[in-house]
Amino acid sequence: MKKNIESSLKLAEEIRTKSLHMVVKAKASHIASALSMTDILAVLYYSILNIDPNKPNEPSRDMFILSKGHACVSLYATLGLSGFFDINKLDQYGENDSDFMNHISHKVTGVEFSTGSLGHGLPFATGKALASKINSNNNKIIVLLGDGELDEGSNWEALLFAAHHKLDNLISIIDYNNLQSLTTVAETLNIEPLYDKFKAFGCEVFEVDGHNHKDLFTVLKKADIIEGKPIVIIAKTTKGKGVSYMENKVRWHYSTPNNEELEIALNEIKNA
Amino acid sequence: MRNTFIKHLTEQASINKNIVLIVGDLGYSVVENFQKRFPNRFYNAGISEQNMASMAAGLASEGFHVFIYSIANFPTFRCAEQIRNDIGYHNLPVTIVTVGGGLSYGNLGYSHHAIQDLGLMRLFPEITISAPGDPIETKMCLTHLIDNPGPSYLRLKKSGETTYHKKHTIIEPGIWKEIRKSNNKKIFLTTGGGLHLAHKIIENNSRFTDFGIYTCPLWGAKFKNLQQSQINDFQEIITVEDHLLDAGFGSWLRESITIPESHLKISHRALDLNVIGSVGTEEYLLKKGGF
Repeated sequence: MKKNIESSLKLAEEIRTKSLHMVVKAKASHIASALSMTDILAVLYYSILNIDPNKPNEPSRDMFILSKGHACVSLYATLGLSGFFDINKLDQYGENDSDFMNHISHKVTGVEFSTGSLGHGLPFATGKALASKINSNNNKIIVLLGDGELDEGSNWEALLFAAHHKLDNLISIIDYNNLQSLTTVAETLNIEPLYDKFKAFGCEVFEVDGHNHKDLFTVLKKADIIEGKPIVIIAKTTKGKGVSYMENKVRWHYSTPNNEELEIALNEIKNA
Repeated sequence: MRNTFIKHLTEQASINKNIVLIVGDLGYSVVENFQKRFPNRFYNAGISEQNMASMAAGLASEGFHVFIYSIANFPTFRCAEQIRNDIGYHNLPVTIVTVGGGLSYGNLGYSHHAIQDLGLMRLFPEITISAPGDPIETKMCLTHLIDNPGPSYLRLKKSGETTYHKKHTIIEPGIWKEIRKSNNKKIFLTTGGGLHLAHKIIENNSRFTDFGIYTCPLWGAKFKNLQQSQINDFQEIITVEDHLLDAGFGSWLRESITIPESHLKISHRALDLNVIGSVGTEEYLLKKGGF
């Protein structure tokens, strides 16, 4: 496990570095959202998900769905670094006619589902989880949602269904960085008490530091053995994690770093 | 139509193990037999059309052909974005089935009047629209949709519809089917409930005695390119539909063709805007709407 943690930390560093380069080259937005979920992606793709990058359509694979599709850049980087496609393809991000769109795109190998409008990932994942139950597949379906995204009612419709049908192969991870489009989640539309809400909806709920690889690994392993309930993991995160001037700043939901800012960011990530 | 649909779907489900039916808490006295026969391929999503549509896309992405069933505007307008992004864009085999097409639920009010649904579904380029006009056409449409799984819309009326087709034949999307022969190269071209309305128009107006009737139960954005060649055989075409003219079937045909300068006269019979907000029997509202 120690080796796993070291390797996934290394992967996270590479994802952050790659994501920053991609966003700067494409003059794109949402870098802070991408950095917020990077550690979760690193742990999932390094240690948890049973997916062979050479057989990305194997029916029995675990499936990961990114519902907060605007944070796509770190998932593209993760897939590239994990061998789903030639890493050089990441240079296509943001180009005209590129498959690497600025919201996550299923045209990229390894991406299960395109999103961009919020509140679609969890209901879609619920359908996949139900399909696995019908087919007696032993895989798990993991969906990553933003916290602001929980304003969308469709998520709660899906959780009602998932709990009613005991979809214990469905794991929702909330990237709870407490920032959304204009201000904090708390000031926008209060979602607390979130733990209690998910409990009341019939889910098994865990809370975890969304940047601590060991804790993430442990909680995901625990989630794997829960029976009879859908699982929700509330991952406490920092938006813009790893780049001090981006952390907890709404601006970095939108802005692209300039060259000087990029250098600072890359140095901080390298020396973290 | 409703009974024909569920009977045929149930028969097909015993052969095709990929068929799944999800209802949006509707279908009392309709779906029970399917549920009993295929308990692990029947789900009630509850009253949650957005989840129903996205979840259907998720199931379909794993190889199932999913039918989602509800009334009129609920599985269409309520979850339009789920249809656009999750079902359409991903090109997944989900058939959205509505009951109560047109003004079938006339007394139940505007919420239940499906008179703009074709307009919505026409906007999604991947979707095959099927609007059968009688029970035989319902079966023919369903056969086509099952044999050609993809994003599709099946617009049913309710029950008690007259049968106009004489036998079960193959129908192809975008291709018109003759129901009544024309003696003068003049026809009514119908979709859905328009088939019944065209018969009524002929019955009640001697000017149209020699008119033929053609139906086009399978259509949509993908099939516009098949229309131009079919208009050439006729001197007059009047489209008929139980839907608003705006973004409806007649508008679709009009957008699909370039009308030649000579000979062809084309016009449209559709519901007048004054039905909006009115209630009454279907017959009453159709009259109020211009039929």
